[in-house]
Amino acid sequence: MITITEQKPFEEVLKSLEKSQSVYIIGCGACATMLHTGGKSEVLAMKEKLEDAGKTVTGWMVIPTACDQLTEVALIESAGAIQAADSILVMSCAFGVQTAGFYTALPVFPALNTLFVGKEEGPGHFIDVCMQCGNCVLASTAGVCPLVRCSKSLLNGPCGGSVEGKCEVDSRIPCVWQTIYDRLATQGRLAELEEIEPIKDWGTSSSGAPRRFDVVTSDD
Amino acid sequence: MKAGTNLEKVLESGRFAVTAEVGPPKGPSAAVIQRRGEIVRNYVDAVNVTDNQTAVVRMSSMAGCAILKTLGIDPVMQIVCRDRNRIAIQSDVLGAIALGIGNILCLSGDHQKFGNHPSAKGVFDIDSMQLIQTLRNMRDEKKFICEEDITGEVPIYIGAAANPYADPFEFRVTRLAKKVKAGADFIQTQAVYDVPKFRRWMEMVCERGLDQQVHILAGIIPIRSIGMARYMRDYVAGVTVPDEIVTRLEKAENAKEEGVRIPLEIIEQLKEIPGIHGIHIMAVGWEEIVPDIVEKAGLLPRPVL
Repeated sequence: MITITEQKPFEEVLKSLEKSQSVYIIGCGACATMLHTGGKSEVLAMKEKLEDAGKTVTGWMVIPTACDQLTEVALIESAGAIQAADSILVMSCAFGVQTAGFYTALPVFPALNTLFVGKEEGPGHFIDVCMQCGNCVLASTAGVCPLVRCSKSLLNGPCGGSVEGKCEVDSRIPCVWQTIYDRLATQGRLAELEEIEPIKDWGTSSSGAPRRFDVVTSDD
Repeated sequence: MKAGTNLEKVLESGRFAVTAEVGPPKGPSAAVIQRRGEIVRNYVDAVNVTDNQTAVVRMSSMAGCAILKTLGIDPVMQIVCRDRNRIAIQSDVLGAIALGIGNILCLSGDHQKFGNHPSAKGVFDIDSMQLIQTLRNMRDEKKFICEEDITGEVPIYIGAAANPYADPFEFRVTRLAKKVKAGADFIQTQAVYDVPKFRRWMEMVCERGLDQQVHILAGIIPIRSIGMARYMRDYVAGVTVPDEIVTRLEKAENAKEEGVRIPLEIIEQLKEIPGIHGIHIMAVGWEEIVPDIVEKAGLLPRPVL
């Protein structure tokens, strides 16, 4: 499970750095390195492109895991080069960008788009299997999530657009409801599909309100 | 009577119903709806007004239905789950009834990627099955989804769609059964071209006794050109046009005439299939052909009541 990112178009990055003559670049040694979107070589390539575009790069680093608290320590250690910059460009997922933002007063800009939390289906191939809705439906969907893998997030599928196991939206998308159907058939559970899945409580999802979680242990 | 609409009266009386579809304009002209409504009014029992079909922005179905209502036409409002959450949907249902609209067809909706705003956020808060259930609860229990009471009666005749040509085929009857269980009073199917497959589906529908619990109207889409046939075969989501139909149009001396002959032959066969209670003609943008088809199919006079 890793956070899937892709690089933003360079023009968009430049646009966000419009008011910054000098920039400090942060990469991430975890997911973004694995995906070749924000590791050392991408950071160096970005440095060169920014310099070609007339910017001054005051320094760069690749934080082992940009989303954890050690980012604060890394920012303190490199304070000199960072403070010399007008802003920080972060080549990590949005977690890393926001973590950097917590620990510095400088403007922080993202160089990547964060797509989804990916499950590796095969080497180098990732799929979206969970939208973190906060109210898991896998018990009634044969262990495959239609909320994120059905184009219409149907809880009562398959719809009339399922043809030969493919989704009407794009023939490269497998119809997840065909998968659910096949799995339930194999498990002798097809009768379960006679039941109407009730309306979902989306209040636990990101559409509810900003979410937080506090670990509670038996000592508390 | 659940809503007392013309469509409900026709179907509940056991008569063979004919419905058509009017596509609203990409503009605010009431005259367009009136003109299209006038074309079909004496040939059908009710008229659907599509809800931003193929995810292209058009005048709302509710407004189109209200305009048809002023002409004395019984409208069928369509609601798709793509554009509205449960709050907006329930509010629209109340508004529709206030405007005298009594038939509502529940659909998932064509995905926004097919339309002219592919970057829109698809809502899909509830799905079409749950939409049917919602309308049934609003009508029979006078309750909103949240369980709060609705003030007053909510007379709705509830419609739903079915596509016998989608996969998995064996599940298509189960899906219909679920829609009936959810509360569907009538069904309008996807366009029928492959009659033998449709007949097989209807046999399974009748075996389960569903034809006794819901009125099924078979969908008809007249094809006006070879280009349209190819386009529908290759690109239109949910529609299955067999190659034979395309070939037949290609070989025809006059493709447009052939395009009328084909649905007429299909209607002839559909009339003989047990459990079919009517047809639904979807000639969006070609409303002029509806009178011709209804007349030649021997389905006049209309409206029957």
